[in-house]
Amino acid sequence: MESTVKDKAPTDGRRKGRVRDSSLYKKEHRVAFLMILPPVIGFLIFTLFPAAYAVFASFTDWNGIGQMNWVGLRNFQVMLTDNYFWTSLWNTFFMMIGIPIGLILSFILASALSRGLKGTTFFRTIYYIPVISSLAAIAIMWQWAYNGDYGLVNQVLALVGIKGPNWLQNVHTVKPAIVAMTVWKGLGYSMLLYLAAIQSVPQTFYEAAELDGANSWQKFKNITWPMCKPVTFFLVITNIIGGSQLFTEVNIMTPTGGTEFSSATIVWYIWQKAFKNFQMGYASAMSIVLGIIIFIVTALQFYQNRRSDYKLG
Amino acid sequence: MLAKSSTHKLSQTQSRRIADFFIYLILIAGGILMIGPLLWMISTSLKDKTGVFQLPPQWIPNPIHWDAYQRLFHLSQLQTGFMNTIIVSLTVTVIGSFTSCMAAFSFAKLRMPHKNAMFLLLLVGLMIPYPAVMIPQFMMFSTIGWVDSLKPLIIPGLFGNITMIFFLRQYLQGIPDSVVESAKIDGASYWTIFTRIIFPLMRPAVAAQFILWFMGAWNDYLGPLIYLNSPEKQTLQVVIANLSATYATQTDYPLIMGLSFISMLPILIIFLIFQRQIIESVALSGMKN
Repeated sequence: MESTVKDKAPTDGRRKGRVRDSSLYKKEHRVAFLMILPPVIGFLIFTLFPAAYAVFASFTDWNGIGQMNWVGLRNFQVMLTDNYFWTSLWNTFFMMIGIPIGLILSFILASALSRGLKGTTFFRTIYYIPVISSLAAIAIMWQWAYNGDYGLVNQVLALVGIKGPNWLQNVHTVKPAIVAMTVWKGLGYSMLLYLAAIQSVPQTFYEAAELDGANSWQKFKNITWPMCKPVTFFLVITNIIGGSQLFTEVNIMTPTGGTEFSSATIVWYIWQKAFKNFQMGYASAMSIVLGIIIFIVTALQFYQNRRSDYKLG
Repeated sequence: MLAKSSTHKLSQTQSRRIADFFIYLILIAGGILMIGPLLWMISTSLKDKTGVFQLPPQWIPNPIHWDAYQRLFHLSQLQTGFMNTIIVSLTVTVIGSFTSCMAAFSFAKLRMPHKNAMFLLLLVGLMIPYPAVMIPQFMMFSTIGWVDSLKPLIIPGLFGNITMIFFLRQYLQGIPDSVVESAKIDGASYWTIFTRIIFPLMRPAVAAQFILWFMGAWNDYLGPLIYLNSPEKQTLQVVIANLSATYATQTDYPLIMGLSFISMLPILIIFLIFQRQIIESVALSGMKN
């Protein structure tokens, strides 16, 4: 056993080989393995297996009760000509215009907060309240606020002489209305991350730039914005992932997917097909398409993280 | 020379004051936009059914009607909704946090073959969205007869939360290995190392992640919507969505707004109490990413 002390820091392969034989290390391996076992089992049962099963089901005419028959690529062919599928995909895509709007607004607010004026903490808290609030409650509240005759939005618009539409019933306004709501809800989160990024910029950068005669715009363009780039990237990715899974808002504010299907998102359509029409095979095929899109976007983020990690190290 | 520099300084503080003024303007406008709809919600809940349709609207109802809250108090569905949500979110987060902490400890500080491969495997889980697994998962639980019970919402969470493991592992990597090594040399068991050394060290990170997870579980909607059919089994979010649809046909907006406000209240209180920790941990986790 006297060798174990020497083996504490296994650096080369030969030593590693001996380390594996030591009973002390065997015990550590066993304990370590037991500790990571629950999440690994959970992942296998509740994520990996269902995901694999969804891939299989996407090639069948599964309806949840009867037999599953192999139909090959038929679900994917149907998808190509299914107008509802394309409309819901388009709606989902359209609602992502909220992402750049939200990022710009939150950056402005973060810059304003970063000056460290009195009341910064107060404002930060106020902006963050929509973030922590339950989506269901918020959606119900906005549904009322968007009411054509008595809603808050139209009453505010009436103050400046604009007669607002019945936002959620109108084919042209329902998507912008939902976008405005999602921007409102997410603003505090993006703002918080931007604020942290802006505050982490070393003051010496600005001092050096001032010595070189840089003006405020140049300082913003060459220092603040580049230093916030990782946060912007992170927010864009997470917002795309979240945005492509928009469901709760749509289902509560427009329970039928909107007039002429004008607000139905892809997840809403998948849910509808799977749990209302019991076309589970077809719904699985759509969920696989969505899954692949999200998987690529997420993988991109991990790849980017790796690269920025190297830069820092 | 001296006078010149002082006037320069004065104009600088002056321009600073003007800039500050505009910044306050932006902040206040933003603040009104963010909090306005919520105040409107509370205001509506304190009106009577016809007061809601009064034009121009009243921000402070006169007189204040508590009627909506009295009726909510007698809605049994709301009570069972609260109970179910508390059961689900507390069980999941308490037990799930424990398993997540253990896994994070193991990933960060213990030696094991193929550890990194296992970790990467879990990270794959982060890339698979819930809608892509929900249909087979539903059929799985349906086969063993768990549909219309809280089990499908509780059981998967008990196995831990990958996001939490990810952040705690990162947090622990900032703690020197020698802390664990010296405890081992002193003959401490792994359980002792975990409970006496590691857990106290990562408690702030655990608390922050726990609160975030709790809020997420509390606010979950899609999962409960899929699994729960009977009104008395539904969680709060599904209950308020259903009730609001019912009462909207009767244009009973005070009740609906009161309902939404009450359902938000617990999380709002938790947030206001722990807001510093929550905000700091969110900012930190964002920076880490």
